[in-house]
Amino acid sequence: MAPLLQVSNLNAWYGESHVLHGVDMTVGEGETITILGRNGVGKTTTLRTIVGIIRERKGEIRFAGKDMLGVPLHRTAHNGIGFVPEERGIFSTLTVEENLMLPPVVAEGGMSLEEIYELFPNLLERRSSPGTKLSGGEQQMLAIARILRTGVKLLILDEPTEGLAPVIVQRIGEVLKTLKERGMTVLLVEQNFRFASRVADRFYLMDHGRMVANFPVGELPGKMDMLHKVLGV
Amino acid sequence: MTMIFGIPLQAFLGQLLIGLINGSFYALLSLGLAVIFGLLRVINFAHGAQYMLGAFAAMLMLEYFGINYWVALILGPIVVGLFGAIIERTMLSRLYDLDPLYGLLFTFGLALTIEGTFRYLYGAAGQPYSVPTQLAGGTNLGFMFLPIYRGWVVVVSLVACIGTWLLIEKTKLGAYLRAATENPVLVQAFGVNVPVLLTLTYGLGAALAAFAGVLAAPIYQVSPLMGSNIIIVVFAVVVVGGMGSIMGAIITGYMLGIAEGLTKVFYPEASNIVIFVIMAIVLLLRPAGLFGRDA
Repeated sequence: MAPLLQVSNLNAWYGESHVLHGVDMTVGEGETITILGRNGVGKTTTLRTIVGIIRERKGEIRFAGKDMLGVPLHRTAHNGIGFVPEERGIFSTLTVEENLMLPPVVAEGGMSLEEIYELFPNLLERRSSPGTKLSGGEQQMLAIARILRTGVKLLILDEPTEGLAPVIVQRIGEVLKTLKERGMTVLLVEQNFRFASRVADRFYLMDHGRMVANFPVGELPGKMDMLHKVLGV
Repeated sequence: MTMIFGIPLQAFLGQLLIGLINGSFYALLSLGLAVIFGLLRVINFAHGAQYMLGAFAAMLMLEYFGINYWVALILGPIVVGLFGAIIERTMLSRLYDLDPLYGLLFTFGLALTIEGTFRYLYGAAGQPYSVPTQLAGGTNLGFMFLPIYRGWVVVVSLVACIGTWLLIEKTKLGAYLRAATENPVLVQAFGVNVPVLLTLTYGLGAALAAFAGVLAAPIYQVSPLMGSNIIIVVFAVVVVGGMGSIMGAIITGYMLGIAEGLTKVFYPEASNIVIFVIMAIVLLLRPAGLFGRDA
């Protein structure tokens, strides 16, 4: 599978604090990749560095063959990378539909508003409500849905199931499977190991600001000892 | 003679009209301030100077190029808006990563520089600017005499305020502005060029101030000090309305203008301080302002 995203020797800093120490990873087109790791090992930082929110970075990020390191943040999406942050980023001064319509469409192939409402019927019912009046689960759906309109090739999700009820987690899993069937490439950070094992094709295990292992979902049973050791679970 | 609360109706309505006119300027100016503060988190002390620049733009365009009021009403805001955009892009934008106090100090210094320059060039005394012939004279409404130009100012400011509100609340550009006010980094990650949005916003705020300045030119004398005379009241309006609240700025602008006008009728001695008394009361009871987000 041709790599859509290739990250090599990626280093990142928060001020003087060196957070990423040479991250290497590849994400193939159509794959769903999950980054696992304990709190504070640099998972969110990896995503935010790839997107370009963290600008103090060195190394190589190639997306669809293009070097992304010099690309300004507002051009990341136009190159095909969509981002759903951990805090979801729903805007309180915008209605549900305004939140949905906010990110500009960057390429053809994104979902239409009708398709999105079909996939997330709750959002249709609450389309005129302020975005932040939705439940946590609905806000997460909205955060994912608004990126699906844009036509990006890679969807980056930061802990999409955090703090959500099991039934909502299951629903998000179904949505990710639907996206996979449509050929969307997904890179996510997830603490919920059971959820991750259901949706991912491949895992990266992260520790101390670098990737320490990389294996497909089929090899999961044989990696449990290592996962226990690194994740501490 | 018809009396209202012991005051002749004509005097009452006359002051009400003056209150409405002052309120129109307060609303237009506080609206620009609120838009700038909402997105840039900058307390734009240069707003009064930009209002003054609008009035001077109209006067100088007429003096040097024979450009009439109607063209100046469009060209003046464009010129001052462009000036604002250049200032934001080349200077103000360098201060966003610092404490907001630096933005305030910068715009304060900018206001002093602009005013000082115009005082040096044109002196402190006001200069007249004629009412356009189409709006000269007045009309007798039966119960009061209405100068047409003053009626025009009230109507056109209301239209400008509603237009700006619609732009911010009902358009895609407005949605970007509102979203960028909450989380500029995420809006940028979505593919919106937020730095350009900031420049546009500052330019729009400056243009609104200049628009008010051109409108004011035939009513007040065109003077380098006209901005600093009004800006303190406008800051009070913004505080009462709620910092960053667009509708709050508009409604409060008109409300306080009328309150000031009516105070002149009933207790003229207090008319200069009534707005500040209201501000103090609002700050005590609702620190976020009447229409502020926490209210």
